[in-house]
Amino acid sequence: MSTSSVLSLEAVKLTYPDGDRRLTALDDVCLDVAPGELVAVAGPSGSGKSSLLAVAATLLRPDAGRVVLAGRDTAGMSGRERTALRRERIGIVFQQANLLPSLTAEEQLLAVAHLRGESVRAARSRAAELLESVGLDAAKRRRRPHQLSGGERQRVNIARALSGGPSVLLVDEPTSALDHERGERVVELLAEVTRRHRTATVLVTHDRALLGVADRVLSMADGRLGEG
Amino acid sequence: MFVALRDIRFARGRFALMGSVVALITTLVVFLYGLTDGLAREATSAVAGLPADRIVFGAPKGAEPEVSFSGSSVDDGQLAAWRAAPGVTSAEPFGVAMTRLTAAGKASSVSAFGASGRLLPPLLSGSAPGDGGVAVGERLARESGVRVGDRVTLGAEELTVSAITADRSHGHAPSVWTTLAAWQRAAHQQQPTALAVTGTGGPDGPAAEATEAVGADAALEGIDGYAAEHGTLQLLQGFLFVVSALVVGAFFTVWTVQRRPDVAVLKAVGASSGYLVRDALGQAAAVLLAGAALGAAAGAGGGALAAAAVPFELSAATVAVPVGAMVLLGLAGSALAVRRITSVDPLTALGASR
Ligand SMILES: Nc1ncnc2c1ncn2[C@@H]1O[C@H](COP(=O)(O)OP(=O)(O)OP(=O)(O)O)[C@@H](O)[C@H]1O
Ligand SMILES: [Mg+2]
Repeated sequence: MSTSSVLSLEAVKLTYPDGDRRLTALDDVCLDVAPGELVAVAGPSGSGKSSLLAVAATLLRPDAGRVVLAGRDTAGMSGRERTALRRERIGIVFQQANLLPSLTAEEQLLAVAHLRGESVRAARSRAAELLESVGLDAAKRRRRPHQLSGGERQRVNIARALSGGPSVLLVDEPTSALDHERGERVVELLAEVTRRHRTATVLVTHDRALLGVADRVLSMADGRLGEG
Repeated sequence: MFVALRDIRFARGRFALMGSVVALITTLVVFLYGLTDGLAREATSAVAGLPADRIVFGAPKGAEPEVSFSGSSVDDGQLAAWRAAPGVTSAEPFGVAMTRLTAAGKASSVSAFGASGRLLPPLLSGSAPGDGGVAVGERLARESGVRVGDRVTLGAEELTVSAITADRSHGHAPSVWTTLAAWQRAAHQQQPTALAVTGTGGPDGPAAEATEAVGADAALEGIDGYAAEHGTLQLLQGFLFVVSALVVGAFFTVWTVQRRPDVAVLKAVGASSGYLVRDALGQAAAVLLAGAALGAAAGAGGGALAAAAVPFELSAATVAVPVGAMVLLGLAGSALAVRRITSVDPLTALGASR
């Protein structure tokens, strides 16, 4: 583990029950990501990319190996501590823009502020600022998800992931519902926010055409992570 | 309640429907409560208002005494034994019978009480009836146009109205009060029905075996039909509470299942189960309180209007108790439903398996 990294996976192994055997989804995976670094992970469907993010996000416990986030080993953490860690340190951009249907774009961010115990009123200006920075104007900030395009929803998703001021940003297939051009712009936005917010960002995709903006590109195959 | 309140606004049709159901059931329950109390008053107020600690029912020698105003009679020996019993400060005989009061050619069903002046309800005007006199409740007097000094017929006995009393009734018939002697003639009875006893203790020997003393509350069970009527109404109330809790529980179960993906996302971004359960319970409370308040207002308003035609008793208790019960039982139902939130795995928010 390099001293500068905020996200560090060490020899991580993850298996899923598969009938009476176990399926190995992550096999001896090592990964270090530094603040302000965008690491892209590419690989075919079923290679274990989402599993990698789930482990990094503390949503799944690895069978073996260590996951160290912002200097803290997550292995011994209780469910409550993991939840708190996600709240304070981790931003997740989901494969599909999983926004809450009843909330406007701005309220998606305010809901996160509320569950962090911040005053909603105080969070309002920062939410507007973040949404502005990902390209949503004032009118669109007042719209609900069904009134936004797929690309706009994904921008809201990114702004929401950033709203807690995370040190780690985990992004799963942000472009799968978008056409190539829009997908490219979303990935450019991710590169930009990674530098601006100094997040350790892991971007998972199977679309190799989008990898140009990444600082490092890793590839995943059958649960193993390798260079290029 | 950040998300919960916005969910209500977003799915306002569904929540309005649920709130309306709560409101309607609350209206029904408030109405039923008022009716139960009103009917109970019409059945029991004369006996409940007697200044007595206990009511003593009697039976002829050799027969088993039972708590029943229509089946009881007390003879002189039993009366004397009760009066002489240590601890008993007073034992007043009284008679009750259902009969007819005819005034100015108009007949009404009444419950005729024969008793000394001590058992009389408060007088509003006139003086306690002597032999040949009768005291009539205020509402009955108003409805049949009777005033103090008028001649009326109780059963076949001609009497003069000596007083107007506060309203009392027995077995759903308004009460009129006369002396025991006049009552015996009017009701064709040889003996008083029961004793109104104050003090403790009771007689020994044969009088103890042929009489049964019960507390003033338990004596109400001796009013014909009252126990069955009251029990049925309470059963209906209970059923409505159960139905309401189930309906609310079912609604929030479906709602919670439906929003599992949202819950998973909120958990993935760091919401604790406690936070989400509080949020959901707050939502249920908001719907229940709004619905119950609306229903209570409708029930109380409707009841007040209906009180002219039906025995409806409107009081803080007849409104507050059912409303409180509706809200608490509804919360219990929804608590069972939103418990499912704790089992939602935030992992399901990740990946395409939405
Ligand atoms: N909950 C689970 N139980 C059992 N097996 C699982 C589970 N989740 C994933 N798998 C399996 O683990 C392997 C890796 O899955 P993963 O979702 O990480 O792949 P992926 O690279 O994200 O694929 P995609 O590009 O299609 O999203 C696959 O073979 C998959 O079938
Ligand atoms: Mg995946």
